[in-house]
Amino acid sequence: MIQYEKFILDNGLRVLVHEDKSTPMAVLNVLYDVGAKDESPDKTGFAHLFEHLMFGGSKNIPSYDEPLQVAGGENNAFTTNDLTNYYCQLPAENIETAFWLESDRMLSLAFSKKSLEVQRKVVCEEFKEHYITKPYGDVWHKMRELAYITHPYRWMTIGASLKHVEDATLEDVKAFFNKHYTPSNAIMVVAGNIEPAQMKLLAEKWFGSIPAGEKYNRQLPIEPKQTSSRTLEVTSNVPLDALYKCWHMPSRMDERYYAAELISDILGGGGSSRLFQSLVKEKQLFSNIDCYHFGSTDAGLMTIEGKIVKGVNIKDAENALMEEINKIVENGISVSELEKVKNKAESALAFEDMSLMNRASNIAMYENLGEAELINTELSKYQAVTAEEILAQARIIFDENNCNTMHYLSNN
Amino acid sequence: MNRKIAPKIKDAVDYTLALKPYEHYTLDNGINVYSIDAGAQEVVQLEMVYYAGNCYDPLKGIAAATNFLLKNGTTNKTAFQINEAFDYYGGYCNRACYNETSVITLHSLSKHIDKLLPILHEMLTDSVFLQQELDIYKQNTKQRLKVNLQKAEFVAGRLIDSYIYGEHHPYGVYTNPLDIDALNIDACKAFYQEYYINGNCTIFVSGKMPMNFKESLNAVFGQMPVNKKPVIKPVNKSIQIEQRKFRIDIDPNSVQGAIRIAMPFPNRHHPDFKKVMVLNTLFGGFFGSRLMSNIREDKGYTYGIYSYIQNHVQESAWMISTEAGKDVSEATIEEVYKEMRILREEKIGDEELLLVRNYMIGGILGELDGPFQIMAKWKNIILNDMDESYFYDSVYEIKSVNADQLMELANKYLRPENFWELVVY
Repeated sequence: MIQYEKFILDNGLRVLVHEDKSTPMAVLNVLYDVGAKDESPDKTGFAHLFEHLMFGGSKNIPSYDEPLQVAGGENNAFTTNDLTNYYCQLPAENIETAFWLESDRMLSLAFSKKSLEVQRKVVCEEFKEHYITKPYGDVWHKMRELAYITHPYRWMTIGASLKHVEDATLEDVKAFFNKHYTPSNAIMVVAGNIEPAQMKLLAEKWFGSIPAGEKYNRQLPIEPKQTSSRTLEVTSNVPLDALYKCWHMPSRMDERYYAAELISDILGGGGSSRLFQSLVKEKQLFSNIDCYHFGSTDAGLMTIEGKIVKGVNIKDAENALMEEINKIVENGISVSELEKVKNKAESALAFEDMSLMNRASNIAMYENLGEAELINTELSKYQAVTAEEILAQARIIFDENNCNTMHYLSNN
Repeated sequence: MNRKIAPKIKDAVDYTLALKPYEHYTLDNGINVYSIDAGAQEVVQLEMVYYAGNCYDPLKGIAAATNFLLKNGTTNKTAFQINEAFDYYGGYCNRACYNETSVITLHSLSKHIDKLLPILHEMLTDSVFLQQELDIYKQNTKQRLKVNLQKAEFVAGRLIDSYIYGEHHPYGVYTNPLDIDALNIDACKAFYQEYYINGNCTIFVSGKMPMNFKESLNAVFGQMPVNKKPVIKPVNKSIQIEQRKFRIDIDPNSVQGAIRIAMPFPNRHHPDFKKVMVLNTLFGGFFGSRLMSNIREDKGYTYGIYSYIQNHVQESAWMISTEAGKDVSEATIEEVYKEMRILREEKIGDEELLLVRNYMIGGILGELDGPFQIMAKWKNIILNDMDESYFYDSVYEIKSVNADQLMELANKYLRPENFWELVVY
């Protein structure tokens, strides 16, 4: 059971406080409800570029990092298609430094030209490092475009192209800040060796005077139901053929999500999973195979990917994979298999809560999904899933017309 | 309220850091167990450390293959049944092969760990090493290697190690597809007999222990025939390649260069080591470092640049590592040497030194969050033949090393002529 207190400032900022007296540290986590899905199609990669600019100095403080490091702190941030999350950890006595820094950049950035120029380059290098120079690095770029027709999950967080990042202007940056970086669009979690009453005072002191701004109203295009299978063949300078298959699955807050999550574990979760045992060990058609999804807020993609053993025809490997899929669609799963993946879910949740930083960011993420209390009810939702629900979900998800397939072939 | 004025802070250097002591006991067969019973979550981490790393390789890759195959079949269980047994109780069993040691790690909910210990015991005393399992391992390892060999950062990492340790040193050796072809099951079986069954084992356990866990460990592992003879710690001597500068092209269309600049460096027992950790932090050890501030935050040549002392036991290396734009790779290297020169010629100011001290102490404070992390510190100390004075002396050096000493160390070590330099495009 993870305890926390919640209150809302007049400007709409939601604050959650989680006390843990066993650590000398404190964490301040600020989540902004803006991700790559909120970008316009001709200016992608912006939410992430903006995350970089948040470290380029704010209205009253020339550098974010230095004062935090002086206070013994460390920080980072990440952007996904759904959200942007900033966190810092520092000795608990110095928590006010984090309030000071985070509130000033929520109040207003410095909008430095130099910072924009440098970070455009840094992000371009990040783009190259992760998505251009690595073999198979552009897979998700292509797969998202195949699987989504209208929803902005069509592009990756890093952006659809280097050009969009290179073309970002200071006007774009300001407009993005004003639209998304408002108190009512943010959730703050303070965690660690702290006193909730004092945190309330500090929150009021540093964040209370920030103007509420205009509440951003998200209206995303809805992805139409996929009605026929889609395929894409790519040939590239990679050493091995690889197979990727994606099926649309329920959104994060859909009750059916939990069954889908367990299905991915049954198929691809580790050494006793069905796909590994059958396709890597027994038939030796794949050298590795995984089943996963990104847990995205809006409807996501159940994904199976694997590299084909050299000499094996990718079609044969794919047929064998579909045999395994058909087994779960036709026969469902056994009682002990269900018990196994539920036990694994319980264990994974327990390990996830080990670190203070994880607890803080998870509280923020669940609050962003709807309510922080989900962090304490998650396990019971997994435990309530029945074998019948798994079967029903498997039939819906693995419908042939719901499928997107990519053959990523080696040119040598 | 004036937002331009920072709130008062407690300097992290004013903290007294304490490393929570472990409990130590031995099993009937002499296995040393180090235990930290703490934490709020009902979970346990058990690490079984064998002296069975690739230093002991009779043939390239045997130690790693043997380590991998531990989970792939015993007299009574197939690989699938072993995996199933762990998975059923939500346990995670991982194995990893390092230079000196081979580590088998079990993560489990406290309430289930007693049920999982016998499976570990079976793996460590009764593995069968089937030809078919080795064949699958060889095939899949080769495939993974093929993919990695197309990554500049992977190629750069193994080449720089081979330059500064030598291709025959366990820290510099690397495998080629032909080495994988040469792996054979008899060598694995023999290695298992010598380094596991009749080998040397140490146990590290942390988290929230179930009742009578000491007795459970002894009942399961206390009769294994290990630790009959003392550990023979390998001693390897590095031999550096003569050539100092390398530029290697693996992809004519590459858009970045993987840059590695490295020099041989002594191990943790060297008197300079702890002070150099501070100098390294300042140079390239964190986001506010000289390298990062200049090469990323001012010039935008890279997504990230770091320097570090490699985590090795016998001897080590001081390494600078980054992926930079192809057109600015040479300029990046120039800037790295420029930052070395500044550290040699200009004394660090008080403000920056305090920042580095506070950052490092705050970091250690953060690293002591939870039983697994505390045990990681202890494990490092114990496996490097040190005691807790290493921890306390390190903290002391962070708080007390001065600008003159740092400049002296920069003059001793951070000289371009000490370094080997590589870019893989």
